[in-house]
Amino acid sequence: MIFDEFSQSRTRRTLTAGGRTLRALGLDGPLTGVLAIIVCLGVLVVYSASGQNLKMVEHHLGNIAIAVAALLALARLATPQYLRLFAPAAYIIGILLLIVVAVTGHIGKGAQRWLDVGFMRFQPSEIMKLAVPMMCAWYMHERPLPPTLKDLVVMGIMIAIPTAMIVTQPDLGTALLIAASGLIVMLLAGLQFRIILISIPLLGGAAFGAWHFIHDYQRQRILTFLNPENDRLGAGYHIIQSQIAIGSGGVFGKGYMNGSQAQLEFLPERSTDFIFAVIGEEFGLLGQLLILSLYGLVIGRALYLAMQGQDTFARLTGGAIALSFFVYVFVNSGMVSGILPVVGVPLPMISYGGTSMVTLLAGFGILMSLHSHRKLIGS
Amino acid sequence: MPRRVRIKDHYAEQHIFTIRGIVAGVVVGVLLLTVASRLFYLQVLRHDYYAELSQGNRVHTDPIPPSRGLILDRHGVVMAENLPAFQLELVREQVGGVPELNAALGRLVAIGLLDSEDVGSIRRTILSHHVYESVPIKLQLDDEEMARFAVHRYEFTGVDIRTRLSRHYPFGAMAVHALGYVAAISEQDLKRIDSDSYAGTTLIGKLGVEGAYENELHGTRGYHEVLVNAAGRPVERQGAFTPKLDTRQPVAGADLILSLDMRVQRVAEEALAGKRGAAIAIDPHNGDVIALASTPGFDPNAFARGLTTKQYDALQNDIDKPLINRALRGAYPPGSTVKPFFALAALKYGVMTADQTIFCPGHFSLPGSSHLFRDWKPKGHGTVSMRHAIMQSCDVYFYNVANKLGIDRMHDFMSTFGFGDLSGIDIPGEKPGLMPSTEWKRHAYKRAAEQVWFPGETISVGIGQGYMLATPMQLAHAVSGIASRGQIFKPRLVTAVRPAGSSAVTQRPVLPEPSLTAVTAEQWSVIVEGMELATGPGGTAAAATAGSPYKIAGKTGSAQVFTIGQNEKYNEKQVSERMLDHALFISFAPAEDPKLAVAVFVENGKHGGSTAAPIARKIFDAYLLPDKTL
Repeated sequence: MIFDEFSQSRTRRTLTAGGRTLRALGLDGPLTGVLAIIVCLGVLVVYSASGQNLKMVEHHLGNIAIAVAALLALARLATPQYLRLFAPAAYIIGILLLIVVAVTGHIGKGAQRWLDVGFMRFQPSEIMKLAVPMMCAWYMHERPLPPTLKDLVVMGIMIAIPTAMIVTQPDLGTALLIAASGLIVMLLAGLQFRIILISIPLLGGAAFGAWHFIHDYQRQRILTFLNPENDRLGAGYHIIQSQIAIGSGGVFGKGYMNGSQAQLEFLPERSTDFIFAVIGEEFGLLGQLLILSLYGLVIGRALYLAMQGQDTFARLTGGAIALSFFVYVFVNSGMVSGILPVVGVPLPMISYGGTSMVTLLAGFGILMSLHSHRKLIGS
Repeated sequence: MPRRVRIKDHYAEQHIFTIRGIVAGVVVGVLLLTVASRLFYLQVLRHDYYAELSQGNRVHTDPIPPSRGLILDRHGVVMAENLPAFQLELVREQVGGVPELNAALGRLVAIGLLDSEDVGSIRRTILSHHVYESVPIKLQLDDEEMARFAVHRYEFTGVDIRTRLSRHYPFGAMAVHALGYVAAISEQDLKRIDSDSYAGTTLIGKLGVEGAYENELHGTRGYHEVLVNAAGRPVERQGAFTPKLDTRQPVAGADLILSLDMRVQRVAEEALAGKRGAAIAIDPHNGDVIALASTPGFDPNAFARGLTTKQYDALQNDIDKPLINRALRGAYPPGSTVKPFFALAALKYGVMTADQTIFCPGHFSLPGSSHLFRDWKPKGHGTVSMRHAIMQSCDVYFYNVANKLGIDRMHDFMSTFGFGDLSGIDIPGEKPGLMPSTEWKRHAYKRAAEQVWFPGETISVGIGQGYMLATPMQLAHAVSGIASRGQIFKPRLVTAVRPAGSSAVTQRPVLPEPSLTAVTAEQWSVIVEGMELATGPGGTAAAATAGSPYKIAGKTGSAQVFTIGQNEKYNEKQVSERMLDHALFISFAPAEDPKLAVAVFVENGKHGGSTAAPIARKIFDAYLLPDKTL
């Protein structure tokens, strides 16, 4: 409709040409646009947060290239049928790789999350971030919604196996994110509210049990989160320095590349997990609200695309991708600003570090593929 | 009950998902707003708090120590100044923990830059400073030590040579007991000073003028702000920007102008050279201390350089006690120097008239007692009046005076001249001496039998023996009171303070003490004439004063021995030398218009007239006849 008002204009020709290209690539215009803005801002922030380290920026750009390639490939080439067929395979491959990692890690005597495949290293747990919700969606696809108790138990087991393996790596943050992505599928599938109400005390009990299961340092992190002042120079240091960085930024920030907390390295993990604090310090409240708003747009658009899905698999997978993305944003910004404990979750698409960027954009590739290919399937 | 068959209802399922999606969207919105409000709290409501913390994180203030005020004599001769020196300093946080610190100190001992005996106290001093402070561990390295450290430098992190201003005393040991000295700030010093205002300062005044006027001399420290990173290392810039950093220049300490005259001081010390003793010269018009000598002395530069424990012990254990300021801390029996004062007391209380004579047979005894108090002249002085009793220092005359006055009147009168009390000179460490009284004895002893004052004890005090003790400073102070005929001033060394960079000099006030009004001019004249006779032909100090163009009024004294130190080894020759009487002389000149009052004390100097009086004569010559002496 809007386009009609300036027919024949160059703008219209450009836009329609752009729109055609996007459609041909299987991309969603608004979502792609906002994602592109976030990634570009991320590059600028990494340059500042790394202490103007061009090597790191180059590496970051390399990661972006791989991630974009993954997004384009999935959006254009992976049709929903293939994706649905591939879901169990991806899940099983992921489990196998986790076993490999656990075994080599056991031999290497230490935390082992990485798998070296020659040209690059990656974490099998990253695969599970997509494979777990897709597996749950695949399972529910054939079955009527809302899920029965048996369905819930089956999905619960599907979620629990990789989660438990990743907790013992130990990587509490990733494990929680994976569990959350599976739970999101259950919720979106229509999990009855009374079951949710009943499960809250059960989850509380499980958390209590988990307290004895997790590693000391993870326990310490939670205790430190509850009272950072107890451990000013240890684990509490991260939380305190991060809040100093954000709070000292004020409304407008100290200016690009002028955040003393970040530039003088008072802020730990400044270009990875705590990069949101760098944004707060250098660009202030306005900068952080801008980033949060962009994330809000991404989540909203992604949810909208998921709602338009034509079958259960497409809807549940899309919704899980959208809401998992939100969980990353919330956990990271919450931890950096001191309302959640410190778990190693990067800020999506901004933090330096390859694996999470690839997984996230691959997820959006799947989401857009499910959306753009919907007319090809008959109901 | 038939099992309900569930079939997929696409529209219902889509509806479920849409509802769930909308609910999820709302939850997302609420949670994002939660984060946003947390950010608002941190960045708007708590901004000031965090801004301050962030500033404190990145900016360290590096102290700039002030340069210490100069000390000048009354004619502007520099007696204490500041010269650049190289010193070895250590920063604990760069060295590491206590094991690394011990290792570093051990290596410094191994290469001979520290003495193993000093390591303990150096470590304590280091540990009582903040970890980031640069603590001096060896002051004033010489060229050879600098070279030795340079060779081994690579073995040390956190230890380096820095250039600082150090204290220098151009005259060395001269006037050291008046000036005092500076030395490294010790653990005890740190407890009483504001360590912040001494940040970056190495030396602090101890004793003498350096110690007493520490506040004036020290000055105000400055600082410059340094940008530091999380590791505490100073950095040039922060990201793309170089922030503005504040610098405040230090304010140098004030210069002090002393009453001392270095020329007179030099004469006094040269005259005392080789002796253990003290000489003090005071201007009776205002209490200005013109010379204050105590021998032997020591070189204060050695303290500013930093003494090793060994060197310090050597000074401390020296049998001549060079560290003791005899002028202020040596309390000795004043001997016959008290006679003019008791003569004046006799006149004031009316127990004797000036012309009343007493026959001196060479001894005295109290009525009803067989104990003989002997005169120094066994044959006696014959018939003597007051003037001649002073002139010849007749003991029997003053035994009678004491007997007539009684100890309490003697105490009260002598107190007005400052005996038994601090003179109040403006440097620390003075001893009050002792002017006995019946009340004093009641308090001084525990047993009732010992608290009783015996009449015989009064007789001994009459010639400055018995319980009475006075410091050379008190004698000078008191004789300046005779010179001024009753108007005594608190002795002072610092006459003026000149703030740094200012030509305006603040004069310190002259401090008069209550004047003696109960003594008439005639009464003053009697004892001044007696003291003039004592330096004239036939007087006890005749030889020393012969041929002077001005008239000296004086009184000799000798006092029974007092031995110093309990831990001296028995050495017959030395001990016997140390059993000789102490020699004293109090005086002022010119007698008719006194410009200078001088007290001289020589430990084991035998006779006041032959040992102490010539020293006083040289001091008078230096002060009153400046052209004759160089």
